[in-house]
Amino acid sequence: MVPISYYVILSAVLFGLGVIAFVFKRNVITIFMSIELMLNAVNLAFVAFSREFNQLDGLVFVFFVIVVAAAEAAVGLAIIMVIARNRKSLNVEDVNLLKF
Amino acid sequence: MDFVTQHPVLVVSLIKIVIALFVVMTALAYLTWFERKVVARIQSRWGPYWVGPHGLLQPLADGIKFLFKEDVVPPASDKVTYLLAPFLALSLALTTLALIPIGPATIKFLGQSTQLVISHSSVALILLFAISSIGVYGVALAGWSSNSKYPLLGGLRSSAQMISYEVSLTLSVVGVLLLAGSLDFYDIVGGQSGHWGHFLPKWHVFPQFLGFICYLTAAIAETNRVPFDLPEAETELVAGFHTEYSSFKFAMFFMAEYANMITVSCLATLLFLGGWLSPFPSALTPDSPWRWQLYLPAAGLIIGGIALIIGGLRSVQWNAKAVFPILGIICIGVGYLCTWSAVMPVIQGPFWFLGKVFLLLFFYVWARGTLPRFRYDQLMAFGWKFLLPLSLINLVATGLVVVLRLHS
Amino acid sequence: MSVAMLVFFACGIVAVLGAIGLILAREPVHSALSLVLVMVALAVLYLLLGAAFIAAIQILVYAGAIMVLFIFVIMLLNAGVEVRTNLSRLARWVGVPLAILFLVEMAYAMVREYGTRTALAAGGSVAAPVTASTRALSMEIFTKFVLPFELTSILILIAILGALVLAKKDI
Repeated sequence: MVPISYYVILSAVLFGLGVIAFVFKRNVITIFMSIELMLNAVNLAFVAFSREFNQLDGLVFVFFVIVVAAAEAAVGLAIIMVIARNRKSLNVEDVNLLKF
Repeated sequence: MDFVTQHPVLVVSLIKIVIALFVVMTALAYLTWFERKVVARIQSRWGPYWVGPHGLLQPLADGIKFLFKEDVVPPASDKVTYLLAPFLALSLALTTLALIPIGPATIKFLGQSTQLVISHSSVALILLFAISSIGVYGVALAGWSSNSKYPLLGGLRSSAQMISYEVSLTLSVVGVLLLAGSLDFYDIVGGQSGHWGHFLPKWHVFPQFLGFICYLTAAIAETNRVPFDLPEAETELVAGFHTEYSSFKFAMFFMAEYANMITVSCLATLLFLGGWLSPFPSALTPDSPWRWQLYLPAAGLIIGGIALIIGGLRSVQWNAKAVFPILGIICIGVGYLCTWSAVMPVIQGPFWFLGKVFLLLFFYVWARGTLPRFRYDQLMAFGWKFLLPLSLINLVATGLVVVLRLHS
Repeated sequence: MSVAMLVFFACGIVAVLGAIGLILAREPVHSALSLVLVMVALAVLYLLLGAAFIAAIQILVYAGAIMVLFIFVIMLLNAGVEVRTNLSRLARWVGVPLAILFLVEMAYAMVREYGTRTALAAGGSVAAPVTASTRALSMEIFTKFVLPFELTSILILIAILGALVLAKKDI
């Protein structure tokens, strides 16, 4: 059996890589994908703990995270399409109208 | 041999995989032959006739042609995804066949008793939908990576069509799940055993007829076949997403489409048409009057063998005169094999299963030969505005009936 | 090393490589494909943890629908090649080694404390071993969590309407 700490470490590594991608990438869609990577890392932690404590609540939570991520992806990509249409660029540094 | 004794489950699984792959690839090749013959006869012509007796070696000739064609890679294409797309399409189409059981029997082999399925999973149905939903990537990536207008448009249209009809496909199956109560194929087919009033089998096609129609329509759209094959038809939009593919990679897309067809037909058989159950009442008890149906596989094969011998001896082609009687004798031999007591109970399930799958494949080919194509906007409107509400109505009605039956 | 550990390490390495591929890829389509690889590796890990239904849902919804939506949008918006900007010298020589050192230290501490302990020894409460079958999971969702379930269905409806309105061309 694999100890649960291994799963949690893997989840932490994936989450950290997602944060790195979020901070360093400049394409809006890639930043959005890094958010999905972070959500996946958290899902892994949930499933691991659900197995560890023998409860199904973790799996139900994962189910809802997946569903809400789907809704969020739909609306987020629609917003990205509007941004791309208006700013004519997918670079996140070009969306700077509200910048100080 | 040490490896065999130490890992018997792995070895048995590997043998099953090899047999299944071999059978499926041969079936794919001869499905193309079957399609060309049937479509030709619908159009009052012969179809492949000269390559081998009655065109039986045509798939082999096509395969060799595909292997020897020049492999053109567009220079401006994205190499990684260009090479990945056909592999993805074919491997996913073949992976889904690992979940499909062909019979209820268990065979003893190498000291292990195995079921007639490569992988028996308790969530097999949803895994199958999951694997086929990744198949959309093969089409979308093929269209995009070719770096050319027509493949991009064809790929986008084709993948949009596939994901639209996937929703109706999955919803039309949920009605069956409500009646069966499990995602496991063995439970679903087990729930269809028995007869109503001693003559009507309890298959799900009868209470779920609307679901069956929705499923078939959505499946034909999902596999990009006529009448839904505008994105890749031969007379439209150059050739759709596989325009820039040649030789073996095109052959992989081709094989992936037929493999998807076979998978979807197997799924329809398991979910709606009773899988491996025979339409006659059960012959399990020794004094049942329906014992004669146990000899149907053998009888069918022997009659087929005799027909092959007579047809071969009467035919005009010299190669048919030589080959068909030999095939007929082999058929009669296999038919006799099916009367052995060790083989007879095992062969019943696969016989009915393969017969029903064959009927559904014939329906697919028949639709191809008969129906005209949908235009793309008609296709998408049909999928979203008609088929999806129909599947939802079917689901709600089935749920209502199940709840009322539960409470009465 | 048991088969479970082998599968865990294989899938873990594939997941991390996919995440690194997300960061290092120059085309957004390659990033999306790396993310799909991560999701499939995670689905295999869910199978290893005994959650077969969640694994199937992960592939069906996440990898098979959400990522297809991403790839569609990337293709439609014709997202081009990302220009690679190199890390600053501070980040490259100080930041990255420190981050890796921090991660290794946390991992070591976690494994040393909780590596082989079960939940019972760590003081948590453990219920009887429950199989995460589809039936059990759906009983939970439809009895204990029925309010979030209905709310998420309304949420999806709002998301569909929002996406439709936002993506329409201005009249």
